[in-house]
Amino acid sequence: MSPDPAIAPPTLPTPSSLDVREVTVRFGGNVALDMVSLSADPGVVTGLIGPNGAGKTTLFNVITGLLPPSGGQVLIEGTNVSRLRPSSRARLGMARTFQRLELFSLLSVRENIRVAADIRRTGGTDREHFVDGIIDRVGLGDVADNRVDSLSTGRARLVELGRALATEPKMLLLDEPASGQDENETDAFGQLLRELAREGIAVVLVEHDMHLVMRVCDVIHVLDFGRIIAAGTPHDIQHDEAVLAAYLGTKS
Amino acid sequence: MDKFLTFTVVGLSTSAIYAVIASGLVLTYTTTGVFNFAHGAIGMLSAFTYWQLRVSWGWSTPLALGVVLLVLAPLLGVLLETVVMRGLQGTTEVTKIVVSISLLAAMISVANWIWSPTIDRSIAPFFAAKNPIKVFSTSVTWHQAITMFVAIFVALALRFLLYRTRIGIAMRASVDDHSLATLNGARPARIAMLAWATGAILAAIGGILIAHGSGMDTGLLSLLIVNAYAAAIIGRLRSLPLTFAGAVVIGLTDAYLSAYTPSSPYLAGLRIASPAIVLFIVLLIIPNPRLRGRARSREYFPSPSWSGALALAVTIIVGATVLATTLSAADATIYVRIFPFAIFALSLVPLTGFAGQISLCQLSFAAIGASVWAQWGNHGNPLWMLAAALVAAIIGALVALPALRLSGIYLALATAAFAVTLDRWVWTLPPITIFGKVTLNLFQTGSASATALKLFGYSFDTAPRQIMLLAVTLALLTLLVVWIRRSAFGRRLLAMRDSEAACATLGMRLVATKTAVFAISAGMAGLGGALYASQLQSIQTGNFDFITGLPILLAAVIGGMAYAGTGLFSGVSLQAGLPLISQIGPFFSNLSGVLPGLAGIGLGRNPNGAIADLRDAFGRVWRDRRIFAAVMAGELLIWVLRLAHVYKNWPFVGLEVVWALAWLLSVAATDRLALQRAERGPVRHTVPLEWVGVTEAWDADDVHDLDRHLAVTEAELHGVS
Repeated sequence: MSPDPAIAPPTLPTPSSLDVREVTVRFGGNVALDMVSLSADPGVVTGLIGPNGAGKTTLFNVITGLLPPSGGQVLIEGTNVSRLRPSSRARLGMARTFQRLELFSLLSVRENIRVAADIRRTGGTDREHFVDGIIDRVGLGDVADNRVDSLSTGRARLVELGRALATEPKMLLLDEPASGQDENETDAFGQLLRELAREGIAVVLVEHDMHLVMRVCDVIHVLDFGRIIAAGTPHDIQHDEAVLAAYLGTKS
Repeated sequence: MDKFLTFTVVGLSTSAIYAVIASGLVLTYTTTGVFNFAHGAIGMLSAFTYWQLRVSWGWSTPLALGVVLLVLAPLLGVLLETVVMRGLQGTTEVTKIVVSISLLAAMISVANWIWSPTIDRSIAPFFAAKNPIKVFSTSVTWHQAITMFVAIFVALALRFLLYRTRIGIAMRASVDDHSLATLNGARPARIAMLAWATGAILAAIGGILIAHGSGMDTGLLSLLIVNAYAAAIIGRLRSLPLTFAGAVVIGLTDAYLSAYTPSSPYLAGLRIASPAIVLFIVLLIIPNPRLRGRARSREYFPSPSWSGALALAVTIIVGATVLATTLSAADATIYVRIFPFAIFALSLVPLTGFAGQISLCQLSFAAIGASVWAQWGNHGNPLWMLAAALVAAIIGALVALPALRLSGIYLALATAAFAVTLDRWVWTLPPITIFGKVTLNLFQTGSASATALKLFGYSFDTAPRQIMLLAVTLALLTLLVVWIRRSAFGRRLLAMRDSEAACATLGMRLVATKTAVFAISAGMAGLGGALYASQLQSIQTGNFDFITGLPILLAAVIGGMAYAGTGLFSGVSLQAGLPLISQIGPFFSNLSGVLPGLAGIGLGRNPNGAIADLRDAFGRVWRDRRIFAAVMAGELLIWVLRLAHVYKNWPFVGLEVVWALAWLLSVAATDRLALQRAERGPVRHTVPLEWVGVTEAWDADDVHDLDRHLAVTEAELHGVS
């Protein structure tokens, strides 16, 4: 007997997929992140923008566990994961790509994605089929058996995305995934991101391509000198005085 | 109290020497990024040269010192920098480590060549005739006083160099940010040369000062470096003051251990092993380095095919059959060693080749396997062979566990410290009785006897039988390594080698993966060790010591660390190639000792290894069935004629070499021709490309030609090579 679709389950205040609470990072005397808080929810593309050196990649490193913060907490679906290793956080559904590419250069495109699926035993009984599906989805079918070193930067970033998708993540942290892509590739990529969000993944996007960010994101956080200086919808952000001064530039 | 003071003085004077050596190590590492394993060997060479000038030729002390410290040592430093180290920029850490280990191996062999180890040499302490200086209730010899004074002088001089001179400040700048310093007008070539010259002088000072106390042994003097390493690691390879403090810790530990250790045969080796133990502990407690990101390298290894792997296995068996049927009994006992050494080298392939983890203690795992076999395998029961592999694997995993968070030079040092601890202490232990029941004999403080393997009543006790047994094992292990490479586990290892950070964020448990590959590798080495023991029948610690293990690593790297064929390659080159060369004459015998080191030094140029080229050549022959048949027929003919006693072994080896060279060279030559033709491309037009379509007909393929042509010019325009 199937449940009646008319009767919705009682809506509890579900915790966000990802909660970053008051994270601070100091490198010696420099404060790279200063009490940064943000959250990401399923089905939502959360943008994180800011000038170079604002601390975006540092924040990703803290979230994924590669860098221990000087203070603050990271929560996945309400559970405090601040003390967990990167691999354990990944197993709770977190996946990321890297701004400075971290591909497995000794392996082919297909093998790069296959390794991720193998590690997490995703894809059910027919893992090969699952991997092929991901390759098609990110649009790398024509180079599936090439070495990743032979790809352009733009397409190499898609391998990183495919690898992250192969872990069937609940939240996806993308660090400048569109840099190195041409206009057509960026368009297709933006659509893919919206699709992923529709499937219920919480997407966090760090990106410098403002057209892409404004088109794809539901919420945007702006980071400057390690502090969140603004948060809101793309429309709000585009008209925020502080953001215009710090990053987007005043309109002439 | 007197005893305490006396040994404090002794300890401080050794500390002073370690401090001088270690500060040179830190200086070269920080300015050029190469951790010089041969640093101690430079000191060793200087001490021997000093002995030559001062003692053998009777020069005066100041003249001999001046020539060694101010002329020869800095020259050697500059030479090393310009010829060897400069080419290493932009190579992987593994390559850098292997090249400097090659230097270490080469320098020891060169020293043994020039100064035959059979002659006793010694250097008198400085001012040995003068009365010691009285300090409180103890006395300080002039040599000790000079040693400590020199260390203080070195500390002040380095401080002055680094903080008060232009080039010293440039040196410190290039430590902080190499490219930024260059942009600001520092000249890295000059800085590196100065750093290496200074480093070599410091090594030489240390070598000469310590040689009077520890005797003139090439290996021992070169390995004093382990003590200095420990000091340098305490200084975290950066801080000179901390390095000096570290040296004091090591020197005093050594002195107090020799003063206060109760005299027990169990603790006799502890003192000489103590620096290695301190090094191991220090490596474990220094702050955790962050996960490595992607190591950029020019290295690439294609996945092996099953047909290639089978061809390799068949080659091993056929080669062994030829050896077993042609060699005399005496020769067979020499050349059978090809196979255990091949197994030792092969054990490095999953660990270093696939996973990128360096181990300098594979022979220690082999010794563990050998010792298990010597202890319990005396009925030849093959199950104890497997037990030997298992014990080695477990100990491998146990050693690996604390060392796992280390990588690169830190891991290399930790495994070296483990090997040296075993050599100096554990293997010298008398029998140990556990719970009054099991008695561990280890190496019975010298040598242990082992029995040949028996399988269903069949004893592998003659050299030809051992050759076949070892060859079959090697072939099976080679297939195992190929299987690992092609499996999901193998892909995981390669992924980890490229980027630990990416692996971790995908959810890979690095500790489990690394422990597993360490255990597999140690298990293979342990099995090889047990088989080696069953073949030698009398094993000594010297068969398995740290220095003996270095050429295996070098040969494996020269062959190409990620290829399954590197096992066979290393075994053949170390235990057939070198013995053959050394039989030509005494000069060649010495040369064969230096060769692995020299070959390793040349490695920076071709990090992919020799197997890649060999494999291509074999592939060419294999694909063309007519050539393949001709090559095989030739091999068969040469062998059959030998079996028919038409000629003896030397002409047989000569013919084999000539035949192999003939077809390898012809394959290479045809390849080069084909490549040149491909580069030039087919001649499609008689006019320049820009006239195609104007004076000659245009077709679709011309777009390609045009693209290629434009791409090349574009690259040249922008200076991209």
